[in-house]
Formats: sequence, structure tokens, C-alpha cells
Amino acid sequence: MSSEWPLWEVFIRGQHGLNHRHVGSLHAPDAEMAINNARDVYTRRNEGVSIWVVRSSDITASSPSDKGPLFEPSNSKVYRHPTFFDIPDEVGHM
Amino acid sequence: MYAQMVKTDAARVKSLDDMAPEERAFQERIDAGQKIEPKEWMPEGYRKTLVRQISQHAHSEIVGQLPEGNWITRAPTLERKAILLAKVQDEAGHGLYLYCAAETLGISRDEMYEQLHSGKAKYSSIFNYPTLSWADIGAIGWLVDGAAIMNQVPLQRCSYGPYARAMVRICKEESFHQRQGFDILAKMVKGTPAQRAMVQDALDRWWWPSLMMFGPSDDASIHSAQSMVWKIKQNSNDELRQKFVDQTVPQAEYLGLTVPDPDLKWNEKKGGYDFGEPDWKEFFEVIAGNGLCNAERLGARRKAWDDGAWFRDGLTVHAEKASARRAAKTAAAE
Repeated sequence: MSSEWPLWEVFIRGQHGLNHRHVGSLHAPDAEMAINNARDVYTRRNEGVSIWVVRSSDITASSPSDKGPLFEPSNSKVYRHPTFFDIPDEVGHM
Repeated sequence: MYAQMVKTDAARVKSLDDMAPEERAFQERIDAGQKIEPKEWMPEGYRKTLVRQISQHAHSEIVGQLPEGNWITRAPTLERKAILLAKVQDEAGHGLYLYCAAETLGISRDEMYEQLHSGKAKYSSIFNYPTLSWADIGAIGWLVDGAAIMNQVPLQRCSYGPYARAMVRICKEESFHQRQGFDILAKMVKGTPAQRAMVQDALDRWWWPSLMMFGPSDDASIHSAQSMVWKIKQNSNDELRQKFVDQTVPQAEYLGLTVPDPDLKWNEKKGGYDFGEPDWKEFFEVIAGNGLCNAERLGARRKAWDDGAWFRDGLTVHAEKASARRAAKTAAAE
């Protein structure tokens, strides 16, 4: 047999209060072993307080070639940024 | 270096005007300092060169555990043993970060292992030398990891995102490796004359192989030129070797050691040391598989892979059974 173990993406919460962040990937036969391996591979120096693992094959990613059309709607709406509006100095902080 | 003499398939370096629109857009992004990410378009030569370089780098980390692993059971104190274990575990981690980076380019982990075990893929020449005394463990940390840092620091700025990010993690940990090695030697040179002699002997044997890690002069190499245009490589081999010598010689003097090079001399004009040429005939022999420990190292890797097959298979079967049990339970509950 000897089929390759599936690939897992590893996410680590560095400290309490922060989001989990993608740190890399690894191979493991199941989720439990993926967590154990992630502990050894990615947190040898106190890098985390929590680990998520997700099978790489379960991730759906946006395609790099769609980057233009996908993100264009936000480019054209500059009024979404507060700096778009001029507030007179005498109004003070807003 | 950890990756030595990586080929690029390039016959010559193309100018922007010679490139097709897609390739030109790619090169312009690199010139602008942008990172290239896994699923984006890239020239086939760029992809192949990176696979060669990253996998060779990963293999070096993995094979590099063997000469040091030799001394885990022989470390002089429990503390030194714990430190060496942590260092060797880091090397395994570095190999894993790098294999993952290479996998984003479309090669599988098993293919890379197969290339290592068959001898098709190379690893750094340095790991084909034996570790004869405890001082060798100090010399490896100080010189070999020191030389690795020289190469790896600029690689953090490599154009390929996953490789650059793996290098950031690795560089954070390498400093510990170099210092623990220097610390071993600093302790030994304060010991008995026999211990000092062991340290000098280790330097005598590791100095030239360490200089060879940077590879032969590549100023005229088309592959290096292409790798530099792609920002996979940032400095020439001679530049990095010079930097390494300039940094290391004063440290050897601090330890009271003699660098085994009769041509070594401070050159005030260039602000660096002049030094002798490594024995490149020896280097090419080691690369060709005829070094002192090539057969032993590859044999150990193959044996570990073959002896671990039942365990990898067992875990796979366990995972399949557990998953089937969970599915049956869910079905029964519905």
C-alpha cells in the first residue's frame, strides 16, 4: 500500500485575543495526528495557545487570475473610506 | 550551500524584450519586489529551479540530523544532551517547512523522498563528513550552521512567497544552533590540553568543507545569473564565502585556534581576509557520491524510510477505520 498521508493546513493562535493565523502545512493520517504533529513542527518555542488543522483538499481558494474582477467592486467605492469626506477643522475630531 | 550548484535549464538570461507578454509581466513583478505565490503563473524554468533548490535544501536539513544524531547518546552532560536533542529536532522541523514549500510547486512529498533515496536529488556536501569527537558537534554548530545562516538570511527576501516565509522561521531558530556550537567550543578550549587539541583538530577537519558549502565560484555561471534575475539567489558564492571568512576568523582567534590556511591574511585594502582555495577536486568527489560518509548517510535514510513503512501504513488504516466507524455511527443516528 504506502499511500501518502493527506496534507493539512495549520493555523495557530499566537496569543489570547488574536486570530488564528496560517503558519504552514504538514502531512498526517488523521486530524488528531495532525494536531500532534503541528505541535512539534510549529510550536517548539511557545508560538501558540491554540491550533486548528484543516485538510488542504477542503479549502476553496479564489483564483489568482480572477483577482481583477473579484476585487474591483471595492476599488471603485472610495467613499467607503472615512478620508473621502472633508470635515471642516472647526467641527473638531470625528 | 545547503543548496549547491542548482541548475536552471537556462541557456542564457533573456532580456525583457525577448520575453512573451506573460513572462515579461512575471519578470516585471519580480523586478518590482513582489512575491510570487503558489497558484500564480510562472515560467516552467522558475518552477523547476525552485523545486530543485528547495528540495535540496530540505534534504540537507533532514540528512544533516545524522552526523549530530551520532552524538546524542554520547553527549558529555544531560544538559548538553537536551540541547543537542532540541537542535536536531529543529533540523527535522526545518526540513518539514521546506518540503511543504516545495509541495506548493506541484511535486509530492513521496516524489522528493524517492529522489533523495535514489540519489537523483542532492543534499549539501558537508553532511558527508564524519563526526569523530564531541568537538565536532561544536564545530558543526559554529561553522556549518554559521555558513548556513550566511546563505539563508538573504533567502528570506526570495521572490517565491512560501520559500521566503519558511526561511523567516528557519532563520529565527538558526541563531540558537550557531551559539550552542560556539558555546561547546568555548567551554572546551578552557579545559585540558587534550580538550583544546580536540577543538583544534575539529577546526582542521571542518574548515575547508565549510568553505566548500558555498559552492565553487559562480561568477561565470549562467544558472546563477538566471537565479539572480529571478531573485531566487541574491549573492554570488564568492561574496558569501568572503563574508563567512571575515566573520569567522576573529571568532577562531578568540577561541585561541589556528585556522588551517597558510594563505590566510588580513587585506587592509579590501577590508577583508585573503584566503586559500578549497580543494574543489574533493568537493566534486563528495558531490558525486564518493565522500567519506555518502553511503552511510543515504543508507540510514533509506533504512529509516523502509523500516517505517509498516507504521505509516498502520496509521493510515487506523484513520480509515475510525472514519468509517464515525460515518456508520452518524448513519445509525439519522
